[in-house]
Formats: sequence, C-alpha cells, structure tokens
Amino acid sequence: MDLVLENLGCRRGGRPVFRGLSFRLEEGQAAQIRGPNGVGKSSLLRVLAGLVPPADGEARLGDLALSRARAAFQESVAYAGHLDAIKPALTLQQNLAAWASLFGAEAGRVDHALQMFSLEPLADRPAAQCSAGQKRRLGLARLLVMDRLLWLLDEPTVSLDAASTEVVANLIREHISTGGLALVATHIDLGLGDGPVLEMRPLEPSAPVEEDAFLAGEWA
Amino acid sequence: MSALLALVRRDVALALRLGGGGSIGVAFFVLVIVLVPLGIGPEGNTLQKIAGGILWIAALLAALLSLDRLFQADYEDGSLDQLMLAPVALEQVVLAKSVAHWLTTGLPMTMIAPVLGVMLALPVETLPVLVFSLAIGTPALSLVGAVGAAITVGVRRGGLLLSILVLPLYIPTLIFGARAVDQALLAIDPTAALALTGAVTLMAAALAPFAASAALRVNAA
Repeated sequence: MDLVLENLGCRRGGRPVFRGLSFRLEEGQAAQIRGPNGVGKSSLLRVLAGLVPPADGEARLGDLALSRARAAFQESVAYAGHLDAIKPALTLQQNLAAWASLFGAEAGRVDHALQMFSLEPLADRPAAQCSAGQKRRLGLARLLVMDRLLWLLDEPTVSLDAASTEVVANLIREHISTGGLALVATHIDLGLGDGPVLEMRPLEPSAPVEEDAFLAGEWA
Repeated sequence: MSALLALVRRDVALALRLGGGGSIGVAFFVLVIVLVPLGIGPEGNTLQKIAGGILWIAALLAALLSLDRLFQADYEDGSLDQLMLAPVALEQVVLAKSVAHWLTTGLPMTMIAPVLGVMLALPVETLPVLVFSLAIGTPALSLVGAVGAAITVGVRRGGLLLSILVLPLYIPTLIFGARAVDQALLAIDPTAALALTGAVTLMAAALAPFAASAALRVNAA
C-alpha cells in the first residue's frame, strides 16, 4: 500500500501551518521530512496519525482515505512523537506489556522489543529511574509491539547515543524491507536508502501584498 | 474487550501507586464525615437528619479530588495520543478509564459508607439504602466527571475549573441520592428516589463517553 498526500493542508489555532502538500511514498520506502524548525513537520505527522484533522486536501493509505475512514487509517499507523508515553511508576516491562494488551499484540513481542533495544537488563526497573535516552528507546520499542504498516517518527533519535541511533536506523530499514512504510522527521542522515525526501518550506503569502495607499500614509 | 480490561487494570494499578491519588478520595471522604460530629455536636437527632445530605456531598467532593488527573496524566506524557491510535474506540477508552476511576473512588466509598452512617447516628435499617444509593449513584460522578476532565485536559491547574464545571452537573445525583437516604430514615419507600439515582447514572453512561471523547479529540488537535 502506498501513502499519498494530495494538497494536504493544516491549520492549528486558526493559523495555517502548511498547505498544498503533495507527496507519494511507495510500499517499502522510508521518507525523510526535512525543513527548518516550526515549518510543520510535527504537525504533518500528527495529521497523518489522525490526531489533528487536516484543514484541506486528503491523505490516502492504499484505499483508506484519512478524512473518510479515520479509525481504519489510524489502525494502520504507529506514531512516535516527542513524548514517549511512559508511566514512571511502572517498570519498563509493565509499560510495554500494558500497550501490548491494549493493541492486542501477543506477549512474546514485548520481550522481543525489549531485546531489540537492549533494554532487557532494565526490564524490571521503574521507568522513573531511567535516563532520557533509555525512555526514548522504550518509546520506540512500542513500534515493534504495535506492528503497524506506516511508521510516523518525529525526531526519533533525540537523546539517543550513536549505537542506539544505528539500532533505530536498522529497525526502520528492516521495517521497510518487509513492505512497511516510514515517514521520519529528522535533522540527521539516518541512511534510509533511496527513499524520497519531503522538503517542507515556510509558508509564503499566497498573494503579493499590494501597495496600499491607506497604509502608505494617506491616512495622515 | 480484553484490551479494555487491560486498560482498567493499568489505571487502577497506577491510581493505587504513590501519587496516583486513588486512596486520597476515600481518605478525604472519611475525614470529612469524621469532622461533621465534631463541628455539629454529637446530638444523634441532628446528625441523623443531615446524614444523607452530608454523606452525599462528601462523596461528590471526594470524587472530584482525583478527577483532574483522569486524562491529564495521559495527555502530558503522550499516552493519550497512543490511546487514540489503539484498535478500540476512544469512547470505550473513556468508559474504561471512568470505570477505573469508580473502582478507586466510588466503590471504596460505598463500602465504607455503612461505618460512617453509624457514626452519623443513622439507624441500622437505613444503611442498606445508603449503600445501595451510593453504589448506583457514584458511577455517575466518575462518568460526568470524565466529561469535565476531558474538557480541562490541557489546562494547567485545571482542577479548579473542573470543579466549577462539574459540580452543577452532580446536582441530580445529589438530590436523588440524599433523598433516598432521607426517605428510608422517615420509613417512606425510597424506591422512586433510588430509581431516579440509577437513571441519572444510566444517562451519564450513555452520553458521557461521547461527550468526553469529542472534547479529547479537540484538545489533542
């Protein structure tokens, strides 16, 4: 299944964030979203995760349209945002197991996910005692538990060390090699192969600001 | 279904941890009732007369105490975003979280109420009505409260705003619940008041999940 964005636009708090975004991501590809801070990368990922309704345009995953079949669209999506969705009072294993049962994943996936991110030795430690990087790894481990087609990753490598960054890059490559899709907002080069790059630019005014006699001083 | 049960289990476990606020509501409920005889005086007649009302008012306030964290904790750590992606409807998630809230506030309050009733000089034969009214009335507190909690989820210190929003909506439950206890005290058949208490809860169960999830969707955007 391909991901297709058609003229997608987003407004948040009454302000346009981006508009007219068209893009195509084919099965087995990972795309990098690039652009300066505040250009709307996170907003785009939240729109595609169905958390923010698009202002206009459409996103399609296969024949699922976001605006018409949001629930079904959302069930094909795994989203890892800036927040790791971790309960500090629970151990790492309990955190992941809670998500596994909510997402209907079999219990074996939890151990596998912990292993992939080398979190096994910490499995019985409360998440409150973990470092920022360890929490991030746990947040990303949820992707493996959820088993979804489209991964939406918002700066997945923030606070990760070089080795863990490599793990994340490998997992994304592995995910797309099995027919998955990934859309990654990142400022570093993860080496995701020949996937397309989605370059986002700040909004330009849609029409030139005309010389206004009133504003030019005629009012005085 | 098992996914929702897992969510209930997780929320109950979190509420019972330190800082989860689960036992705070019950402790508050007990303390308020213990204070009443100290303030009003130990005279049995007076206490008896106000017992139903005081117990119900204390229950409303105690339920409010832990409501502000119902969705806020999940909102702040990003869990709410993930809950929206889960293969269960957000309305079901709201229902599961309300059930978990009731299990840690309404249920223990109901169970301890007979003891507190005796402290307020309620005759033993009225205690079953007190317990039953709380058992069928307190779920409405969690459900209606969930709507308020969903609306104020993004507000810092939203607990104060939440109480102002939610307390007026608790009035029907308060009136019918306290009325049932009073009627039992006067040896009048409390069936009608109990039926209305239950009706408020059923209505809340039918409407609150939709209202709360609509508010959560707006706040997530």
